[in-house]
Amino acid sequence: MATEVILPKVDMDMATGRISRWLVAEGAAVKQGDPLFEIETDKAAMEIEAPASGVLRNPAAQGSDIPVGNAVAWIVAEGESFTTAPAAVAATTPTQKVEAIEVAQPAALPVAANLNGSGLRATPLARRMARLAGLDLARINGTGPHGRIVRADVEDAVAVRAAQPAAAAAPVPQGASEASVRKLFAEGSYREVAHDKMRLTIARRLVEAKSTVPHFYLSADCRLDELLALRTDINAGATTYKLSINDMIIKAWALALRDVPMANATWTDGTMLIHNSVDIGVAVSIDGGLITPIVRNAETKPLSAISSEMKDLAARAKAKKLKNDEYQGGTTAISNLGMFGVKDFAAIINPPHATILAVGAGEQRGAWENGVFVPATLMTVTLSVDHRAVDGALGAQALQAFKGYIEKPLSMLV
Amino acid sequence: MDAAVRELSYSQAIQEAMAIALESDPRVFLMGEDIGVYGGAFQVTGDLVERFGTDRVIDMPISELGGAGVAVGAAVTGMRPIFEFQFSDFATLALEQIVNQAAKMRFMLGGEVSVPLVMRFPAGSGTGAAAQHSQSLEAWLAHVPGLKVIQPATPHDAKGMLLAALQDPDPVMIFEHKLLYKMKGEVPAGHYTVPIGKAEIRKAGKDATIVATSIMVHKALDAAAQLMAEGIDVEVIDLRTIRPIDRETVIESVKKTTRLLCVYEAVKTLGIGAEISAMIAESEAFDYLDAPIMRLGGSESPIPYNPELEKAAVPQVPDIVAGIRKLAEGRR
Amino acid sequence: MVQTMKKAAAENVPYAFRNYSPEQLREVLHKMHLIRRFEEGAEDAYTRGLIHGTMHLSIGQEASAMGICMPLKPDDQITSTHRGHGHCIAKGAQVDRMFAEFFGKTTGYCKGRGGSMHIADVSAGNLGANGIVAGGIPIAVGAALSAKMQKNGKVVICFFGDGANNEGAFHESLNMASIWKLPVVFVCENNGYGMSTSTARSTAVANIADRAVAYSMPGVTVFGNDFSAVAEASTEAVDRARRGEGPSLIETKTYRHRGHSKSDRNRYRTKEEIEEWKALRDPISLFETELKQFGIMDDAAIAKVRETVEAEIAAGIAFAKDSPMPSTADVLNFVYTEQQ
Repeated sequence: MATEVILPKVDMDMATGRISRWLVAEGAAVKQGDPLFEIETDKAAMEIEAPASGVLRNPAAQGSDIPVGNAVAWIVAEGESFTTAPAAVAATTPTQKVEAIEVAQPAALPVAANLNGSGLRATPLARRMARLAGLDLARINGTGPHGRIVRADVEDAVAVRAAQPAAAAAPVPQGASEASVRKLFAEGSYREVAHDKMRLTIARRLVEAKSTVPHFYLSADCRLDELLALRTDINAGATTYKLSINDMIIKAWALALRDVPMANATWTDGTMLIHNSVDIGVAVSIDGGLITPIVRNAETKPLSAISSEMKDLAARAKAKKLKNDEYQGGTTAISNLGMFGVKDFAAIINPPHATILAVGAGEQRGAWENGVFVPATLMTVTLSVDHRAVDGALGAQALQAFKGYIEKPLSMLV
Repeated sequence: MDAAVRELSYSQAIQEAMAIALESDPRVFLMGEDIGVYGGAFQVTGDLVERFGTDRVIDMPISELGGAGVAVGAAVTGMRPIFEFQFSDFATLALEQIVNQAAKMRFMLGGEVSVPLVMRFPAGSGTGAAAQHSQSLEAWLAHVPGLKVIQPATPHDAKGMLLAALQDPDPVMIFEHKLLYKMKGEVPAGHYTVPIGKAEIRKAGKDATIVATSIMVHKALDAAAQLMAEGIDVEVIDLRTIRPIDRETVIESVKKTTRLLCVYEAVKTLGIGAEISAMIAESEAFDYLDAPIMRLGGSESPIPYNPELEKAAVPQVPDIVAGIRKLAEGRR
Repeated sequence: MVQTMKKAAAENVPYAFRNYSPEQLREVLHKMHLIRRFEEGAEDAYTRGLIHGTMHLSIGQEASAMGICMPLKPDDQITSTHRGHGHCIAKGAQVDRMFAEFFGKTTGYCKGRGGSMHIADVSAGNLGANGIVAGGIPIAVGAALSAKMQKNGKVVICFFGDGANNEGAFHESLNMASIWKLPVVFVCENNGYGMSTSTARSTAVANIADRAVAYSMPGVTVFGNDFSAVAEASTEAVDRARRGEGPSLIETKTYRHRGHSKSDRNRYRTKEEIEEWKALRDPISLFETELKQFGIMDDAAIAKVRETVEAEIAAGIAFAKDSPMPSTADVLNFVYTEQQ
């Protein structure tokens, strides 16, 4: 009896997923629990295991969007012949014993109405892709010969749909259609880079954030001299870790939110959630995008622990090997573009957080001290705040606490 | 294995294979019309009769039917004959022994005998030999279970597949295109085999697959070079064996490129392209087709005498280029 | 009695009785009865619906088969025709495995894949009956070519009927056997009819053996229902072949009691003709008469042979009935030689 391999839901708001690569080939033997394929989720690839032992049959194509819960392959018993098993009907094995021409049947999908509109011209590949993606062929424009729907047309349709946010509570304004955007540029004056899952997710989530979260922004300059000196001292004596400025920023912000707990919150329509720990998502730039691995309970961790954890998380983030719970969730975030010389900037909040701290470069700017202008290294930080959860004064308090820890860094060590 | 590789012509490569076989296996002998002192109608056997004697290189009377039966009888009683037909068209005279006897004896006798014979057929058009001396009849024989049918397209494969055929316990029919006999190619010295039943990807590509046989492999490669310049990257498969067909190679290629063109010299209708097309449509590759399957084959006519008509009767390079361009419409 | 025999002029005593021992002669009778009863048993099973297809019975041609095969050694070879059950038994086949083949069972000589028209017994040198008229003739020449190339001293008997002698393959084969001096003996069992067409209407020569001269080989016509005459002609031809002197053509004039196949209504010959051959020229009757005449066997001994043969046939049919059918899963077996 064939066992269905489905595309599992691995992210909170995941409607479709893409198989980034198969780890096992059609016809190969697998044992229950063996990794079968990698799913491209929001940010990191995830390995999906075989639900049964047997022989893998009819793996779905890589790279196209598949609705969650759909079958992407079958595992049949050794020697069992493989035929379609539509959900409610018992599988019938072919009775003719002459040369077994394996007619690979498409995996049965519980997709609703009119996929194969009568009179519709579409290539077998286009039909298959549309079926796997749960798209209605009748609504796809065909650009092939005789108006035939070809692969490219289905790919376009999939991309268009993915750029739309999944069932959003508040209506989100749609941007210009791809066609109208292309019209603004001459043919051949650009090259095309296909969207991967991460890009589409970033696009979707940030449109959602910017249009549903009422942002306001608070900036402060922080004097870094003492922090830099302390860091130099600590690193001089250290052998197993080297603190970075960012490590110390993480600790400072964590302590600030510990001190101003009402700012460590999440807005929901029903109630406000005030978190018990400060879990900071630290933005890490990776190939083609960014991801925020989370340092949990950051307020309780010594700097050395934060430092090693960040090194590990950053490395695995770049290798796209983060586990789901390592980048999903969190109560706040930090984004640091100082290494690029950015003076200051305002980041977009990642729901469900209420705040995100944007950190600029430390620069020699000088400061007034008791009427004297002295050399000083200053860093501008900007806190973006969800006004529904955190008001101006509350946000300012948190920012003030942060500045305190940065400018008197020894206080982070006690 | 001797690693020396030299340039030989297709016919020289075949001769070399036969010489190696005659030298090493006393069961092997050659029979055919004018293969002895004349050296063979296409000079393939050459001086083999001087080297191995008239007992091993037998000039037979013009008796294709009887001769084919003699080959069958010899093969079932311990010998390994290589029967050279002067033209593949004359297979028609011997079909009784090839189809009713050679192909079926093992089966009808429940496995009590094998029929390890090899038959070689100079085939195809382009020499002005006209309708009765220019045919491509390999599909007829490939339709018969019990036979194996091959079409080596290069000197390397002509030698290696003949040597493989001599190791095969079942009857192997070799169709050699006449225009290939003078083609030169790299051929290793010594004994080696090229497997029967395995196709070869002559050029890897990603935009379309051409499955071709015999001389059409070379035309397909010429077409592929032209198409490269237009940005169309074609994969060319030399099918090599048409019974049994290497399904896996063709299926994997079509899944990769999503487009398929079959090119063969034999009359298009009911030829090898029909089989490949149906095979793909029945296979998992069906769901990867982004365009209809296309075939280019010989015209629905006997081969004409007039040279321009003769060329027009079979696929040429421009036809293949045009075919791929059509297939690639709608590609992005 | 025996002394009286020895005193008789050699010419009056048939070849067989001068050259074969009583045991051999008894065995010949046994085999002739076995062929006859096998054919009748197969016919009976067929009419009961136990046998698929059709069959071509050689009842009435037993002496031809036995006489030709008499001088053969176990590793000499024969090719046979669609009317080949007699040849098969004459060359040493077991009736139980023959019945099993006709019943389509896996214990048959061809594992149920060949049936009556393709029955073979390769280990006994029978390269097979053939469903194509003249199909086996060039094959026999090929086997003889093998024998010559391998220098193994084997001789090949090529059985065919009067119909085959007009096929192109016949002419091509005799020509090649002759130019290459091959150890093959061509045996035409001329029973007067190629299915419904008499030799008088189909063949340009009165005796098929007359064609031998066109291929530079000896040709001899013998009365096919006289075991001794056939044996003598065969021995001469086989010896010639074994000496390396090349092929011969023997024509045995005989007659088949039954129609061409099971669907033959015998409309091309008269009842009288059939009855006459059965009454006056039945090969078994003729041989039994001679056996008694020369004191080799008496009625009681002959009756014993019949009894033995009845038992053999009955056992053979029982074996066939009890044997297994092949599985449909094995339909592709033997198309090609399985390779490791």
